[in-house]
Amino acid sequence: MWVDAAVIGIKLVAVVGVLLMTVPIMVWVERRGSALIQDRLGPNRVGPAGLLQPFVDAIKLLIKENLIPAGVDKLLFVLAPTIALVVALSLFIAVPFAVDDGLELVETPIDGFIVAPDLNIGILYIFAIASLAVYSIVLAGWGSNNKYALLGGIRASAQTISYRLAMTLSVVGVIMAAGSLHLTQVVTSQSGVWLGFLPRWNFLIQPLGGIIFIVAAFAETNRLPFDLAEADSELVAGYHTEYSSMNFAAFFMSKYIHMVTSAALITVLFFGGWQIPWISLPGGWMGAGLSLGVFSAKVVFFLWLFVWVRWTLPRFRFDQLMALGWKIMLPLAVLNFLWVGVAMASGILT
Amino acid sequence: MTALIFLTAAAIAIIFAVVAVVHRSPIMNVLALVGMFLAIAMVFAIIGMDFLAAIQVIVYSGAILVLFLFAIMLLDLRRVEGIGEGGVFQLLLGCIAVIGLGGAVVFAAARLSPETGAWVTGAEYGTAYPIGRALTGSHLFAFEFVSVVLAAAIIAAVYLARRDR
Repeated sequence: MWVDAAVIGIKLVAVVGVLLMTVPIMVWVERRGSALIQDRLGPNRVGPAGLLQPFVDAIKLLIKENLIPAGVDKLLFVLAPTIALVVALSLFIAVPFAVDDGLELVETPIDGFIVAPDLNIGILYIFAIASLAVYSIVLAGWGSNNKYALLGGIRASAQTISYRLAMTLSVVGVIMAAGSLHLTQVVTSQSGVWLGFLPRWNFLIQPLGGIIFIVAAFAETNRLPFDLAEADSELVAGYHTEYSSMNFAAFFMSKYIHMVTSAALITVLFFGGWQIPWISLPGGWMGAGLSLGVFSAKVVFFLWLFVWVRWTLPRFRFDQLMALGWKIMLPLAVLNFLWVGVAMASGILT
Repeated sequence: MTALIFLTAAAIAIIFAVVAVVHRSPIMNVLALVGMFLAIAMVFAIIGMDFLAAIQVIVYSGAILVLFLFAIMLLDLRRVEGIGEGGVFQLLLGCIAVIGLGGAVVFAAARLSPETGAWVTGAEYGTAYPIGRALTGSHLFAFEFVSVVLAAAIIAAVYLARRDR
């Protein structure tokens, strides 16, 4: 009994702790990475290689006055960052990040020590919770009583609705190939080889779906080239123009946590999760540790991809963004799951 | 314990439903509706219907009500006027409708026993498999027919909204 309670406690503390710790690290990577790409130094004064800069920033945000401007709708103004953080933190629960077969703690077998609760609707849970994130942006835009914030909120809701469709449809192919909504089964369905030598990763079987999902993930996290909701040259700071101190920090943190979750989802759905191609992992604690390492390495790569793309591509125009979502990505996503259906029916993918 | 969570979720749903009707700010109406749908998803989750709970959140809270909010923001509706200005006749009709609908639900629920009420039992209870099989199997015609109706509705909406008449 107490082992179960301890397991839940350790899991919660570890996952939330790691998620929250990635925020300052990613801020540092983002700022140093942008400096690297733009051939300048970046923050390098506080701590070795500027590593303590994000912590100084965090302290600055903490001790600033939490300003609630006159004329805002107070309830919505405070509700918006709360929703943002709650949604961001509850998303990661359903992500399976390592194999946990035959783990034992004090001679008690423990299930789900690493993998989240055994949700048979894993991917749907993530889509359901993620679909609530748009409320934080819309309410911040509306509650701020500021035209830039409102424009940011309207843009964000239009963008999210458009890209959610393509994203969901691109995952249909993955679900078909795995025959399950269960994320652990999605990962195990990607073990082994395809056509004799290729790793059976969904990205290799259905590259179209993988690319659509990655592009839609960029749009969902509101990052360049899709950061229309907070385009600083047009909208000051978009929906969080009026926010300061910890209210702003809540938006900022949720953005980076969404990035981590998106990178983890790309890994799980299209890049074989914790698996190494051509090698089967051992069981027990060693396998758990090894698979966690492999999974983290893949996630770190996609996190770097997020930074890399942000500092490489310019921003779309809003009509280009909508045209890309509805006229190109949506039909291509349909084409993708038609291909998976044909491949499954004709026996290329068995 | 389960009963306690169920009652809490049900109470939250009813409170939010009342707020959705009587509050004067349209944006609060929509938010209350979101809260109500989340509470109903909670009820689905309690009885083990994970799939329905997720679909409830995705379709209603995540898609339809975001569109509602979008429309309210575009039209810049700050307050609704004229709530509670109906006559006695409207009030009477409303009461009859509420009692009739509630009575029908209670009547239907009372006729179901736990044994015969559940259509799917066993390992597939609450999962997507039986729903998927029913939609693409025994109910295929109705499923496809609905998509034709929806396509017709979309074409009609596009026709009505186009600028160059």
